[in-house]
Amino acid sequence: MLKSTDNFCRQAVLYFIFIWFGIMVFAPNLLVLLASFLSRDPVWYLRLPLNLQNYAALSDPQLMSVILKSLNLAFCTTLFCLLIAYPFTYFIARFAKEYRALFLMLIIVPFWTNSLIRNYALISILSENGLLNTFLIKWGLISQPLKLLYTDLAVFVGMVYTLLPFMILPLYAVLEKLDLNLLEAAEDLGAGATAAFFRVIVPISLPGITAGCIMVFLPALTLFYVSDILGAADSAIVGSVIRDQFVVIKDWPVGAAINIALTIFMLFLLHLYYKSGNSVDQEQPIW
Amino acid sequence: MVRRILKYLYIAAVYLVLYVPLLVTIVFSFNNSSSADIWHGFTLKWYESLLTDKSLINSALRSLFLAAAAATSSTVVGTIIAIALHRYRFIGQRVVYGSLSVIMLSPEIIQGISLVMIFVILGIPLGFVTLLLSHTVFCFPFVTVTVLARLKGVNRNLAESGADLGASDVDIVRFILIPLILPAVFAGWLMSFTLSIDDVIISFFVGGKEYEILPLKIYSMVQTGIQPDVNALCAALFFATFVVVMLSYRLVRAKR
Repeated sequence: MLKSTDNFCRQAVLYFIFIWFGIMVFAPNLLVLLASFLSRDPVWYLRLPLNLQNYAALSDPQLMSVILKSLNLAFCTTLFCLLIAYPFTYFIARFAKEYRALFLMLIIVPFWTNSLIRNYALISILSENGLLNTFLIKWGLISQPLKLLYTDLAVFVGMVYTLLPFMILPLYAVLEKLDLNLLEAAEDLGAGATAAFFRVIVPISLPGITAGCIMVFLPALTLFYVSDILGAADSAIVGSVIRDQFVVIKDWPVGAAINIALTIFMLFLLHLYYKSGNSVDQEQPIW
Repeated sequence: MVRRILKYLYIAAVYLVLYVPLLVTIVFSFNNSSSADIWHGFTLKWYESLLTDKSLINSALRSLFLAAAAATSSTVVGTIIAIALHRYRFIGQRVVYGSLSVIMLSPEIIQGISLVMIFVILGIPLGFVTLLLSHTVFCFPFVTVTVLARLKGVNRNLAESGADLGASDVDIVRFILIPLILPAVFAGWLMSFTLSIDDVIISFFVGGKEYEILPLKIYSMVQTGIQPDVNALCAALFFATFVVVMLSYRLVRAKR
């Protein structure tokens, strides 16, 4: 039997949840969807009539080349982050509990300095007189300083640096729970170390791998400040294009259309994520 | 043995990569030149010039205040939602669950743009309120999942025996659940604070000129070149947050 105050509490909490999700989560995204079908207005940003022209703007060859280049960068960033993060996370997840907490804390600590500032600090490392060139010349590996800063390579380095923790944390969530007896069982059944790794450990950690890849790939398309700080004039990424549509050109409908295309792409990746297994499902923290 | 050493070297190398930019920032805050890449000797002059740079200090204080406020409101919202998901069955529950991970996985630019559009349409001027609401939106799911994970480990009989002994829902939450989930609530707060401090893109869209937070101020300085007193500020902030978080971490552990 519910008492009336309990009933009141339940109602109040549920109303709060519906209003919060309605106004702050669903309405904004529906608005972007609507805006992508509207026309541009110089004063109010948006006006009728409805049309599909904004999506036609997506096929612009110049925009296409930016998108393809950006996808390439995001793909390389994701792959590189995964290759660095997987062994690292696998190692630290095997330490005793009190050390693991410390290792995890050490991953979080750099976040307290805003990522914009940390990317700016990369300039001192990658510039012509920077740390990296100085070391390479001192060790005699090169005689002339390399042109690293303000290139696509610098943007790639910045992306890997910024997004590496977002690969480590979801991987950690699955690898921490890995039952080592499974490995022993695999070996008892005659699997070699390599086979055991690829046929037991990797499938179990697949949800963490997909979550990490999503959390790296999508930001790698959109962190425009990394390419602003470290890149050349032609290092624009998808995020820079969206930013320019909203802030510089003030063409909201086209900006919204690119945003919707990105959202559809994200939902496709999320679909893959849910299909990759339910061990990291909705009720589990992804990190 | 060799494999062990290689393993430790590898772990150390990854941490080195994560920390080198921070170390560079700290080292160059003591550099006796405004050069960002050549060492010219030790000085404290950037810390002195920082003390007179009111607008820079103010933007840093605004960032800290925003992060603390956003962490607190996300913790309240996130915890309420976690408890409701745990205790109640309601229509749309699966949608709420699903949206949590969608919010956590969606890139900031999608959230930033959708939020700025709703604020402009509703006529809310861009500034502290819009920053606070937006930061709460992208942080609360992290609180909810952390608290939910903890709630799953709470023995359901505890709440039931509370109810049998005549406790109301509010009493059960107040006297049974909240004390049990407190560590997760604290972890959620810390997570939200961290995410809020680190955010650039959402703040870029929903922030306003009259409440300029540190990353936006620095972003506007990037084109013209950043003065080393920014390095000094970042070094000081880093140590300050480090000390505060370590102290509160020890405090919470001592209480448990």
